[in-house]
Amino acid sequence: MSTDSHAAHAGDHHLDDGHAHSTFSGYMLGFVLSVVLTAIPFWLVMSGTLPSKQITALVIMAFAVVQIVVHMIYFLHMSPKSENGWSMMALIFTIVMVVIALSGSLWVMNHLNSNMMPIHEMTGMK
Amino acid sequence: MTVAVNPTQTGEPVFYLADEHPHPEGYSTSLGFWIYLMSDCLIFAMLFAAFGVLGANYAAGPAPKDLFDLNLVAVNTSMLLLSSITYGFAMLTMQQNKVAQTQMWLLITGLFGAAFIGIELTEFTHMIHEGATPQRSAFLSAFFTLVGTHGLHVSCGLIWLVTLMIQVWRFGLIEANRRRLMCLSMFWHFLDVVWIGVFTFVYLLGVLR
Amino acid sequence: MSPDLLKFIFGRLGIDSLPLHEPILVGTFIMVALGGITLLAGVTYFRLWGYLWREWFTTVDHKRIGVMYMILGIVMLLRGFADALMMRAQQAMAFNGSEGFLPAHHYDQVFTAHGVIMIFFVAMPLVTGLMNFVVPLQIGARDVSFPFLNNFSFWMTVGGAVLVMLSLFIGEFARTGWLAYPPLSNIGYSPDVGVDYYIWGLQVAGVGTTLSGINLICTIVKLRCPGMTMMRMPVFTWTSLCTNILIVASFPVLTVVLALLSLDRYVGTNFFTNDFGGSPMMYVNLIWIWGHPEVYILVLPAFGIFSEVTSTFSGKRLFGYTSMVYATVVITILSYLVWLHHFFTMGSGASVNSFFGITTMIISIPTGAKMFNWLFTMYRGRIRYELPMMWTIAFMLTFVIGGMTGVLLAVPPADFVLHNSLFLIAHFHNVIIGGVVFGAFAGINYWFPKAFGFRLDPFWGKCSFWFWVTGFYMAFMPLYVLGLMGVTRRLRVFDDPSLQIWFVIAAIGAVLVFLGILSMLMQFAVSFLKREQLKDVTGDPWDARTLEWATSSPPPDYNFAFTPVVHDNDAWWDMKKRGYQRPLLGFKAIHMPSSTGTGIILAGLATAMGFGLIWYIWWLAALSFIAMLAVGIGHTFNYHRDFDIPADDVIRTEDARTKLLAGAK
Repeated sequence: MSTDSHAAHAGDHHLDDGHAHSTFSGYMLGFVLSVVLTAIPFWLVMSGTLPSKQITALVIMAFAVVQIVVHMIYFLHMSPKSENGWSMMALIFTIVMVVIALSGSLWVMNHLNSNMMPIHEMTGMK
Repeated sequence: MTVAVNPTQTGEPVFYLADEHPHPEGYSTSLGFWIYLMSDCLIFAMLFAAFGVLGANYAAGPAPKDLFDLNLVAVNTSMLLLSSITYGFAMLTMQQNKVAQTQMWLLITGLFGAAFIGIELTEFTHMIHEGATPQRSAFLSAFFTLVGTHGLHVSCGLIWLVTLMIQVWRFGLIEANRRRLMCLSMFWHFLDVVWIGVFTFVYLLGVLR
Repeated sequence: MSPDLLKFIFGRLGIDSLPLHEPILVGTFIMVALGGITLLAGVTYFRLWGYLWREWFTTVDHKRIGVMYMILGIVMLLRGFADALMMRAQQAMAFNGSEGFLPAHHYDQVFTAHGVIMIFFVAMPLVTGLMNFVVPLQIGARDVSFPFLNNFSFWMTVGGAVLVMLSLFIGEFARTGWLAYPPLSNIGYSPDVGVDYYIWGLQVAGVGTTLSGINLICTIVKLRCPGMTMMRMPVFTWTSLCTNILIVASFPVLTVVLALLSLDRYVGTNFFTNDFGGSPMMYVNLIWIWGHPEVYILVLPAFGIFSEVTSTFSGKRLFGYTSMVYATVVITILSYLVWLHHFFTMGSGASVNSFFGITTMIISIPTGAKMFNWLFTMYRGRIRYELPMMWTIAFMLTFVIGGMTGVLLAVPPADFVLHNSLFLIAHFHNVIIGGVVFGAFAGINYWFPKAFGFRLDPFWGKCSFWFWVTGFYMAFMPLYVLGLMGVTRRLRVFDDPSLQIWFVIAAIGAVLVFLGILSMLMQFAVSFLKREQLKDVTGDPWDARTLEWATSSPPPDYNFAFTPVVHDNDAWWDMKKRGYQRPLLGFKAIHMPSSTGTGIILAGLATAMGFGLIWYIWWLAALSFIAMLAVGIGHTFNYHRDFDIPADDVIRTEDARTKLLAGAK
């Protein structure tokens, strides 16, 4: 019965601060991964290894997403279990909001620019 | 908490807790702090949106290519990453109740953080010296505001870190201080995550453009 | 003294900042000053300062903070409504060559202040106050998750209100409209302090709102009593949860937008300027990303109130509880996908406009579902037409009209015709008054006995109700007509004499609403005088269904002597049905948070900092900022923030209630 599960959850609050599970190896793994995931994009951009700029841009954005996930797991100790899933829920909700607001703003404003009469050339814009 | 929620032996439903224990102090803190971080996340998201929309409006002024020194950004990023792992060590030693070592790692974290701020300020002064002021173009306004807000957060984190070091020194690793260190840990690592966005979208993609 | 020194000490503030040449303002100032002095003298004479400080200003009790929010909201309603009356009078007079009685720069401040005050300092405090008071009681908790933060949030809201009120007598308020669009609000076109008052008033209050949102989310998530699963929460608690999620997800956006605007004004950056690559439209885009969710922040709790009231006064369980919850959640998400409908005419093109037009229309589906749920709750119910129920029915009729005109405005081509017209003004007043204000009044009438231990007087309540409802229709239906004729908003004088009659009708409507407000104040006064007759001894005057009615009216400091255990939706109804016996023995000491003055001090310093920044008094801004930091850090050195209410006190309180209940039988 759900009442029991609530009571059970109320009982284990000492465990759910998330850091009970953090370990040296966890931090080290996270650190090594994040160093690698930082170094590669920098190297890609500074050396210009990849043939086109678009590809480089996509690759480094992918690296950023992976690195954010790594930080979430190894440093912020995100897991579906912490706080009975509420922190995960808050995170997912926030990501949805961020995606909506960011992509929405870019879409709206770019569309606006494309519909505007070119009053002054936006210099440097490519 | 012992909760007799289901009907007792007599079959009568229980409508109140005759024997209850209050929620421990700080019962909601980590969730509350996490939600605060989420709201902070939206602050950064909006600054990113401003940068995304206005970031290409150079107004005939300097463009990222002319301004950004990726070597410096790489050094700066490593400062932040190092401070993250040292904060991790502080948390690990805290779990083992080693006050002196916790303090040492906190101090090292603080030094890395201060180095980060120092490098960023150097970069800013250099740019302003070259005439790339926040007033120069919408791109520079958005750049300084986004990166500056992150820097401001790190600075607040530093003040908080010093406060906590004093509190740990005076009161030891008591429950309340552990909780506070845990919140600061979340804050510190969260700023790391934001920085990933900054160096990718502002610096790397900027230079690429 | 040298001019430099004067400038250092007073910044932009000088003797000419006082509006001594404006008879209306001088008159108002004298009235307010006399009233204020009388109030302060009264408090001093009756030696109430210590009591107010100990029991109210420094309290961390969610019930008292809730009550203080309501008082703030009602006081600010008087100010905001005074602005409304002035606008209606001006527009009714300014025909046939008459300029009316308000000069342009004053009229522009009046409509700006009206909007800002009504949204931020009337609707928000009323909604937050009700949530603060009711939610912990409904979920069987002793207080909110972070009681000190709650006190701080309240005083920050007051701080913002104080700044906005100060602008009336020191300097001026913004002349930009309530969202202060650039480039008009940029330093080039608004060099005076008005927009700065606007920015810092909202920033200070916004911090409070965000923190109180975090606080209430945590409270609902973490402090529900045993047995209260998510799907057993009262609907008001559900809508409060969604509202606070929206607050936390949208107020940071407002903070950023206003921060960027202030950077433009103070530092000279180019976010929203016309030159150097800035884009004023970006401001419009960003502020509506906050602005649209804000609408739902206000109206969702009202929906919750109507749900509680409808099921209580129909004597039935709420129809479609699950669909109600899902509708609320869907509205929460959708409210984030519609912001562009506030600026269809900005020119984002057909694809963008149709996307946001369609999402806007979709949002009416869950709202419609709610409407039917209320209707089906009433269907074959034994409806009691007490005041809360009357407000609810008025809401259902009015809100449907507002919703229909809203769907009409959601059609982009129609919006191109009606944008910025009085039709729009009529529409949003239709939903905000019909939804939020009627909701707040239903809530006040419903929960007043819980808060104070006596019901509100029904006669004056009904006067207030009828004045408000007829006044509302008379004031805003003409605006629909005028809007369809093409009259735009914020006009001060008119050329076409045939329009005047509509404005006169609207002005009469506003006077009726004014009578409604006076009747409400009368209702409070009369109820206080007749409090013995109207007394609620049972704690459950409406034969209601949710947990807040299980405790006494007013509830003791600790809310519940024993934490309740819940087995069903409508927990208290279930307890009554199954012969719940109130425990009389076995009381224990109860752990509670202690009062603190830090919140009011911090908020006072924040307000001083805002004032310094508005007037360029840099030393004041810097000093109060440093002081804030010091007080804030100093507060963290206090590790003893709670105390135990001794078992003896609990026993005494509960025994008194036992006697009272026995007397009632």
